[in-house]
Amino acid sequence: MTAIISVTGLSKTYASGFRALDGVDLAIRQGEIFALLGPNGAGKTTLISIVCGLVKASAGSVAVAGHDIVRDYRAARSLIGLVPQELTSDMFESVWATVSLSRGLFGKPKNPAHIESVLRELSLWDKRHEKIMALSGGMKRRVLIAKALAHEPRILFLDEPTAGVDVSLRRDMWAMVRRLRDSGVTIILTTHYIEEAEEMADRIGVINNGKIILVDDTHQLMSKLGSRQLSVHLSTPMSSLPPSLADMSLTLGDEGHTLIYSFDSQGEHTGVPELLRALEREGIEFRDLHSSQSSLEDIFVDLVTPTREVAQ
Amino acid sequence: MNVHAVRAIYLFEMARMWRTLLQSLASPVISTSLYFVVFGSAIGSRMMDIDGVSYGAFIIPGLIMLMLLNESISNASFGIYMPRFTGTIYEVMSAPVSPMEIVLGYVGAAATKSVILGLLILATARLFVDYEVLHPIWMLSFLVLTAVTFSLFGFIIGIWADGFEKLQIIPMMIVTPLTFLGGSFYSISMLPPVWQTITLFNPVVYLISGFRWSFYGVADVHIGISVAMTLVFLLVCLALIAWIFRTGYRLKP
Repeated sequence: MTAIISVTGLSKTYASGFRALDGVDLAIRQGEIFALLGPNGAGKTTLISIVCGLVKASAGSVAVAGHDIVRDYRAARSLIGLVPQELTSDMFESVWATVSLSRGLFGKPKNPAHIESVLRELSLWDKRHEKIMALSGGMKRRVLIAKALAHEPRILFLDEPTAGVDVSLRRDMWAMVRRLRDSGVTIILTTHYIEEAEEMADRIGVINNGKIILVDDTHQLMSKLGSRQLSVHLSTPMSSLPPSLADMSLTLGDEGHTLIYSFDSQGEHTGVPELLRALEREGIEFRDLHSSQSSLEDIFVDLVTPTREVAQ
Repeated sequence: MNVHAVRAIYLFEMARMWRTLLQSLASPVISTSLYFVVFGSAIGSRMMDIDGVSYGAFIIPGLIMLMLLNESISNASFGIYMPRFTGTIYEVMSAPVSPMEIVLGYVGAAATKSVILGLLILATARLFVDYEVLHPIWMLSFLVLTAVTFSLFGFIIGIWADGFEKLQIIPMMIVTPLTFLGGSFYSISMLPPVWQTITLFNPVVYLISGFRWSFYGVADVHIGISVAMTLVFLLVCLALIAWIFRTGYRLKP
């Protein structure tokens, strides 16, 4: 697949001296959902802001569908829709007026039918004549999404779209993101809800202290870094491990009711059959087996924590 | 040129005027009418004519300028300051629009409002005082030129201001005094010689003088100088705006 956004050597140092981005290289593929993960202040919003034209880069370049974002800003920007993190809105305007403004700003002729379909999809149609200040927080978030979609962008940036959003809106939003992706729109999102990145994204990039730490397919990332655990729920609790099992990586949990076995899911040899045979040999009876994978959250914390400690 | 964007900004800003019709149009018209009642009809009838023009008629161009300057600045500065304040400016900055198109949209709308307001005040003045307009085309040109120039100035203030207080301070502390001292209510020739010279450093003198000339054919300074000074101020404002967008001043960190 071809890259629709290519970021090369991008750095940003703010006037305060804060270095928000430090030599970022990144390629976003056409038609993918890309999740950018990182702690607060990692540089996620700065990266998005530079691509969208809100912040000037200190060094490096960005091309959107081959158009340089500075020299050829019109072509680049008209492809992009941005849903910002903050709930900013023209409080005194109606939903219809503000969404129509967005379409015009991005150089598209009026198209009430398109705006109607966007508003209907976001359950805003009934509220189209209401002033934005009369809307709830969730509804305001929907208005921002509608504004970003008003000019039929090919690339959609969602900066922490689910922050402070209830379950139903979150579900609607993800359904919409999937539909957009199916229609060929490339989606880049940042989120703190890591399980969502895991569930939604085709690829995940982890950013910390202004640097991209890694970029990988979500599945690859999960299997590469995820260790699995097998929990054996015992029929009768044991106080200590029998000597024959001592050299396997086993721990006793739940006051002796559970044996926990950790193994590498990618390894040639998981050791699971050996464990089960050993249990049978020892006459250890169990009621249930449960295997789980470490979540992206665990992976994320593992990746980010060491660099943070070094920094401190 | 992104015509759709200019149109969208312009219509969006104009819609704000219709929504706030009372404060955008009615209140300046009413407050100017009070001047006409007091100085035009009541006191004016006891005042001497100036340069062969009755006092009530004499103050009309100055009063229109007074309102035009204040309203142009406040409309344009508010128009760009509000999106900065609420944060909605992100959308304009991320849109495929050039600085010139942004200025055309915002300043165009602010100037349009000011011209409408100026004409409304002119029509209202008819109810209180008799006046004539010797050079209607010049009168309209001055009206438009001043509205555009001071809307540009307001745009700059709206970008410079980092609080509502600063938004008010330039119109209140500088523009209003300059207008009052710029010959709205008197002819420069009525001042002592020293003050006549000092007054010539007040840019508003040239606006009022030129505008009054288009009404009655009498002026404190030559019409050519008035036009030139207004154009100079227009160019200064344009240069400042070009600098703002080139450096990203207060718009783009």
